[in-house]
Amino acid sequence: MSASALVADFTARRGAFEVAVAFHVVAGRPLALVGPNGAGKTTVLNALAGHVGVESGSILLDGRHIEQVAPELRRVGVVFQDYLLFPHLTVAENVAYGIRMRGTRRAAARSAALPWLERFDLARLADRSPHELSGGQAQRVALARALAAEPEALLLDEPMAALDVEIRDDVRAELAEYLRDFSGPTVIVTHSAADVAALAADVVVLEHGAVTQRGSWASLRTAPATPYLSRLVRRPDEEGVEPATLRSPAPGTQHPARE
Amino acid sequence: MGPRAVARRRPAVIVWVIAGLALALLVLPVLGLLLSAPWPALPALLVAPETLQALGLSVLTGLVSTALCLVLGIPLAVVLARSVAWPVVPRRVLRAAVTTPLVLPPVVGGLALLLLLGRNGVLGRYLAAVGITIPFTTGAVVIAQTFVAMPFLVFAVEGALRGADRRVERAAASLGASPLRVFRTVTIPLVAPGIAAGAVLCFARALGEFGATITFAGSYPGVTRTLPIASYLASQTDLDQSIALALVLLVVSVAVLLGLRDRWLPGVRG
Repeated sequence: MSASALVADFTARRGAFEVAVAFHVVAGRPLALVGPNGAGKTTVLNALAGHVGVESGSILLDGRHIEQVAPELRRVGVVFQDYLLFPHLTVAENVAYGIRMRGTRRAAARSAALPWLERFDLARLADRSPHELSGGQAQRVALARALAAEPEALLLDEPMAALDVEIRDDVRAELAEYLRDFSGPTVIVTHSAADVAALAADVVVLEHGAVTQRGSWASLRTAPATPYLSRLVRRPDEEGVEPATLRSPAPGTQHPARE
Repeated sequence: MGPRAVARRRPAVIVWVIAGLALALLVLPVLGLLLSAPWPALPALLVAPETLQALGLSVLTGLVSTALCLVLGIPLAVVLARSVAWPVVPRRVLRAAVTTPLVLPPVVGGLALLLLLGRNGVLGRYLAAVGITIPFTTGAVVIAQTFVAMPFLVFAVEGALRGADRRVERAAASLGASPLRVFRTVTIPLVAPGIAAGAVLCFARALGEFGATITFAGSYPGVTRTLPIASYLASQTDLDQSIALALVLLVVSVAVLLGLRDRWLPGVRG
């Protein structure tokens, strides 16, 4: 029996913008979907999760067609960029949510969530409210919440983007470990070379709604085919692809003039 | 820059004067009411059977109308919030329809309800045929109050829905929640403050409802004669009784506002 796989070959649309991708991901070889802002990465992720319809083509998860399946029935877990924790629920209730939605009663779901809280070092935060968490803690809750629902595939949208730069390396290393324990196909959307290097085995490069290059990170690093990708591999630290104008505002525009 | 810039932010004297006039217009009538109240005779007036009857009817119909506004209005608010993605014509028609009771004089609303649900009305004649008569019943009071109060609930909840991060609903769906469960376990709790604020405004509006009620439901003691109607009728014959009824109305309204102000009413938060 082969390892579980996610096979995608579809086009999706966001307004007038169309994205076309084809890739396959197997368990144990996380795929990074990289590309500049506006390349369509998040649209692809939303299509995989079922939050955006597929125009044409198919998505197969372990051989089953899921492109027409409602999000709640797909068994595709998502860790959103800003985590989207339920603000009205505690950490424990957030993690238990997916268990509850699968028909487990509230109290039973809460105890079923305990091992997940332990595993993600969240037990002492169980009764906290999401707004009381640090960025790294919130990310762990989001991951625990997604995995506790026992998805067959996992999607992560810019998992480091909401974190302070100083803590990214530590959190990333932690995340890599947790992802190694997940037994299904994993797709990570990012525009950081550091994320790719630490979290992914394979890479699909998406630019202007189309795949421009694919392969292992090692092979892409030695032979980047587009200007975007060569900038990305030259600056593997952080945010290597952000246009310089966005990162450092021109002098005088940084602070609004005082009255 | 500096002190001058700070000084310039203070409103001009004329603004203070006009603001003071506006405040006087808002507060002085209530003070006048309190000053003219027949304080010595008040206890007897307050426990008079007519007062208690009108109070009971007002509170009962106000609560039922508020409940009806919640049941009907929350789904309408969800649709209204969704309608931003619609083509312009149906979107505006929907918004105008929800706004109608706000801009329509209540008497006109009451007349419209009568023409729809009266014995010979557009729908009323079919209801009459199966033995259901709505006008001039307590049910008519509830319908009139719901009609005028609904927009307050709908707009409050719609505002909360727009302010909330609806992407959280996607997170819930990806965790296996059906649309109905997403609505129950995520959407409703997210907008709970808006729902509470809307319900308070609804109740306050229903409690004060006069024009639509007297037109559509009339003024039968114990059946449709709510506090505002009782107070108005008394003002024609017995001003002290009228003031007593008005004070009861005032106290109930202020109590509702104060009870919820800190938690849910952004406009009243100090």
